[in-house]
Amino acid sequence: MTELRVLSPTAILGYGFPLASFQAGLERNPHVIAVDAGSTDPGPYYLGSGESFTQRSAVKRDLRYMIDAALQRKIPLIIGTAGGSGAKPHVDWNLAIIEEILVELKKEAQIAVIYSDIDRDILLQELKNGRVKPLGPVAELTEEDILASTNIVAQMGLEPIMEAIEKGAEIIVSGRAYDPTVFAALPVLKGFDMALALHMGKILECAAIAANPGSGSDCLMGTIGADSFILETLNSERECTRLSVAAHTLYEKSDPYSLPGPGGTLDLHGTTFEQLPGGRVRVAGTKFVPTDGYFLKLEGASLLGYRTISIAGVRDPIMISQIDEIIERVKDRVADNFQDLKDYQLHVHCYGKNGVMGELEPHPAPGHELGLVIEAVAPTQEIADTICSFARSTMLHYGYPGRKATAGNLAFPYSPSDVSAGAVYKFSIYHLLQVDDPKSLFPVKMGRSGL
Amino acid sequence: MRYVKDVALVIRSKNAGPYELTFDLMFPSAEVYNEVKDAITKEKVAALYKIEESKVLSIIHFAPAHAVKITIVRPRPSGDLGETDVYGAQQHTPLFELTY
Repeated sequence: MTELRVLSPTAILGYGFPLASFQAGLERNPHVIAVDAGSTDPGPYYLGSGESFTQRSAVKRDLRYMIDAALQRKIPLIIGTAGGSGAKPHVDWNLAIIEEILVELKKEAQIAVIYSDIDRDILLQELKNGRVKPLGPVAELTEEDILASTNIVAQMGLEPIMEAIEKGAEIIVSGRAYDPTVFAALPVLKGFDMALALHMGKILECAAIAANPGSGSDCLMGTIGADSFILETLNSERECTRLSVAAHTLYEKSDPYSLPGPGGTLDLHGTTFEQLPGGRVRVAGTKFVPTDGYFLKLEGASLLGYRTISIAGVRDPIMISQIDEIIERVKDRVADNFQDLKDYQLHVHCYGKNGVMGELEPHPAPGHELGLVIEAVAPTQEIADTICSFARSTMLHYGYPGRKATAGNLAFPYSPSDVSAGAVYKFSIYHLLQVDDPKSLFPVKMGRSGL
Repeated sequence: MRYVKDVALVIRSKNAGPYELTFDLMFPSAEVYNEVKDAITKEKVAALYKIEESKVLSIIHFAPAHAVKITIVRPRPSGDLGETDVYGAQQHTPLFELTY
């Protein structure tokens, strides 16, 4: 095999793609269709709660075309970080969608499922063994963090996915996976250079975001050869340019020259980006530098409590000039009134002043009107409702110095004014775990599904 | 003294994982990039955001994209209590005051 073609239909499973682009991709006879479904960008709620950040019907729409095409053409379909966060509830959610599609298509498929959940007891033991370390500006992991986390996943490398391909899977549904793996697994299995395959995957995982104009909901095709890979769009409205592909290397990373992943780091110091005719770009020269020891990235989230919010506007300039002081006095009143309730957090976002940047805002000068979001987070929804309600009514009638508008301080757009927003999670684990075997934590389960 | 924003094609912010915030400044040509890149320092960035210099983790020059990348510690992990911008996509504007 001298070249291998990988079709990436969309940046995130469920973000969609034009059918014409997908068809153009199929006409180039790809050897695999691969799609990344995951991101930590939408925040800790989704990993913590087990819910997907993408909508079921949108995921089903995308998958239906991919499954139909992959089965017809007898090429594997590989899904990375199923359900958005890749924990068992996410993977099972995605499996149910696939089962439904197969029944509707009246087809059957050999499915590999690779869960990525990390057992708490194993992780507690590994913590004791000194095999866990923080990733970036993160505190050391504690036993409490592990016990409090509702879901803990590790990002798998290439190895479990390669095993699933070798076992003959037609559809591979993987839990949390290092983004490039689903694109790189088949090329590496077929003997292509791992550094190039992973770098190609790093770009394909965002599909046409790396094109100009960029789009998160359009396809991108990668073709890997002996010493380079080529990227091309499948839509005449956009093209890959040397700059658009190079620039994409910056996206959502801290260091574009050094991209760490399971088992090693992609080194881009010698990488070249070459413009080819027809809106294509050739990339070469990327190296893979193995780390001393094989490290997996762990992610976990834990329940912080329950949230209630109230949205209100302020137009009175006398009140606006004292807003920080008024917020502090309202917090004091709430604390004084509910002295037995210690475990709540009360925060007031102040849009029009520093609502977007918080403490990073260098110019917190208020505008002529402010939008306030009064936010209470507490161990139960009832307590959060109570705190938010009391803070809201206290602020509504708070008698600040010099007040002329004595009928009420806040403009509410809604009745009811308060919204119970449900569970709140936080990231509790963002660490590296050293393992001896890249596969032992990611068993590949095979089974038939459909009809 | 000129403003970097007047010659940059792109000035953007985004999470680089839940604990870091990264800024990309891209320039239209190698010439502009080379003229501007060394004027972007940790000291200036720390001053613009009113944060300690140690919170500016790195400033990296990436010639293939005519880009300078700045990474700082997030004020709090994405989505934690007090969060204002879960994706970190609107934290870039103080960089409009960068000069060279």
